[in-house]
Amino acid sequence: MPTGNGVRSINVDYLARVEGEGSMKVKIRDGEVEIAEFGIFEPPRFYEAFMRGRLHTEAPDITARICGICPVAYQMSSSHAMEQVMGITVGGQLRELRRLLYCGEWIESHVLHAAMLHAPDFLGYESAIHMAADHRETVELVLKLKKVGNDIMALLAGREIHPINARVGGWYKVPTEAQLQTLVEDLVWAKDAAMALVSWTASLPMPQLEQDYELVCLSHPDEYPLTEGRMVSSKGIDIDISEYLDVFQEIHAERSNALQSVIKGKGAYLVGPLARYSLNYEKLTPDARKAAESAGLGATCFNPFQSIIVRAVETVYAVDEALRIIDGYEMPDEPAVRYEVKAGVGHGASEAPRGTLYHRYEVGSDGRIIDAHIMPPTAQNQLSIEEDLLAVIRDNIDLPDDQLQWKLEQSIRNYDPCISCATHFLDLKVDRG
Amino acid sequence: MAERLPKLAVHKFASCDGCQLTLLDCEDELLAVAGAIQIANFAEASREIIEGPYDLTLVEGSVSTPHDLERIKEIREESKVLIAIGACATAGGIQALRNARDVEEFTRYVYATPDYIDTLAESTPISDHVKVDLELRGCPISKAQLLETVVAFLNGRNPILPTYSVCMECKRRGNPCVMIAQGVPCLGPVTQAGCGAICPAYNRGCYGCFGPMESPNTTALGDQWMEMGVDSRTVSDAFHFFNNYADAFRKAGDMYADR
Repeated sequence: MPTGNGVRSINVDYLARVEGEGSMKVKIRDGEVEIAEFGIFEPPRFYEAFMRGRLHTEAPDITARICGICPVAYQMSSSHAMEQVMGITVGGQLRELRRLLYCGEWIESHVLHAAMLHAPDFLGYESAIHMAADHRETVELVLKLKKVGNDIMALLAGREIHPINARVGGWYKVPTEAQLQTLVEDLVWAKDAAMALVSWTASLPMPQLEQDYELVCLSHPDEYPLTEGRMVSSKGIDIDISEYLDVFQEIHAERSNALQSVIKGKGAYLVGPLARYSLNYEKLTPDARKAAESAGLGATCFNPFQSIIVRAVETVYAVDEALRIIDGYEMPDEPAVRYEVKAGVGHGASEAPRGTLYHRYEVGSDGRIIDAHIMPPTAQNQLSIEEDLLAVIRDNIDLPDDQLQWKLEQSIRNYDPCISCATHFLDLKVDRG
Repeated sequence: MAERLPKLAVHKFASCDGCQLTLLDCEDELLAVAGAIQIANFAEASREIIEGPYDLTLVEGSVSTPHDLERIKEIREESKVLIAIGACATAGGIQALRNARDVEEFTRYVYATPDYIDTLAESTPISDHVKVDLELRGCPISKAQLLETVVAFLNGRNPILPTYSVCMECKRRGNPCVMIAQGVPCLGPVTQAGCGAICPAYNRGCYGCFGPMESPNTTALGDQWMEMGVDSRTVSDAFHFFNNYADAFRKAGDMYADR
């Protein structure tokens, strides 16, 4: 019974098409929402605990295993934090190669999520495989586009999942100019494919919802943010990343039995594509901006459902950026910056496809980790995800349960949530049902 | 009527999702695979859940909660063939570093409200709890080995998977030995092949993603590392990495930790 009095319960025990084990619980009594929870039951893996005592050089490889979807984000945030401890900066072509690797991850992850995990919701398919029955050409195109991202990671760093070539200080081995050139032909094709993906996502039936988010992301004076920058927000935050934990904190919200990240003294915030896009619009490449404009996006975007278009726009950017880096590449003499091991504290933040990933480490004079702290994007977005659930219920209260449920699932998938990542900071309660 | 396609299920336990992602990373083959096997229960890819029993079940991740201990038994019951994929499922994963440590202290360290955490003292491989028909090694698994395994299953034959060491793959790839040529410590001589010897190809030592090869001589290798100037704690850590709970690596790591 869609409207009127009584209790409606919508429970999804195991959310599909997200990374990791999450659930959703909604309870509506007499038209009022009592519970709207995005739950986590991913088993804890205790990374921060068992990293203590390990060599600081192992952090990129260990933390990559927090997430098979965005290992490069973990490798970059941890490497930057360790480099800050050691007092070195990785610049020049070594830094450009890091951005190139990250472009590979953005292309792979964005296309996977937007086209294969999220788009089926807009068109009413259970999966991309089901969608392929009617949209075979599109699915073939996006698979090929996704592969271009994977090919960048495989060439530059050995493999696409848990790449092996990135290290504190740079790389184990840098590619030759000729090796990178082998990517160009596919990237040129990928540019057209990514533009087509923007048009296609813009043609999807788009739910209308505008949320008053405080958008948060990295900002760099010269670049669309990937590996570094200051933390900024749409409502006035502008801090060095070393101040991250002064501004953001986890609180225990009784309503969800979970630790959720908030801006101290304020509340929910949003990291990810909408934040990056809206706060760095002018740093996109001209073609990425053109694609956004033809897709009907303005210079900012506050509709969470349109994140699917923004991911496609960022894919255009990543392809452009990859081509720019390859075009200007000169093989460096040394694959990594050398350093003397020092004790100290370091911070690193980078833009994982789904939002800002912050790491903080304390390292002893023996080069071993004393303390580790990781704030993954999905934990930071959890409160916004739940606020969106409330808004989507409000706007769709007349839908029958099965349709409302699907709409709510779609709104969670707006975030490309990575629950495998999030379990470090969320309490969990195993539902024994 | 077309013949009924075999039904595939993919399940996740404690893990990073990378091994099941490997299936979605088979961009050239995914649609062909979906045409030969029905993706019946794969939450990361589809909302649709078709009821079991399943002809082929892939299980990613380690068993680490009381709930998962029950769940793996149910999955085994509804699966004709069950394959454990990746280092978490075959050896407990990196998170098995908590085994034989103080898990309560770990919980207090990571979580503000430890009472909510429901966890077992140990993170263990799938084969500790149910019969496993085949194990695919790797952190992550190899795309080629996954496809070979699915194709072999569809054709009713055994997959061809090497049990020799990474050294063989280095020779085949033409990698100069990083231990001899560059003095870089490498786990390749005791690690099972399957990755394609990628680390040595990038001038770094193997770090053991695919776990111990058949009959590895871990002591000969560990002693060689120490002769190269590596301290015993670092040798121990090298064995106690992504396959730390695999029998041969666990024992080797324990032995060097005590030196």
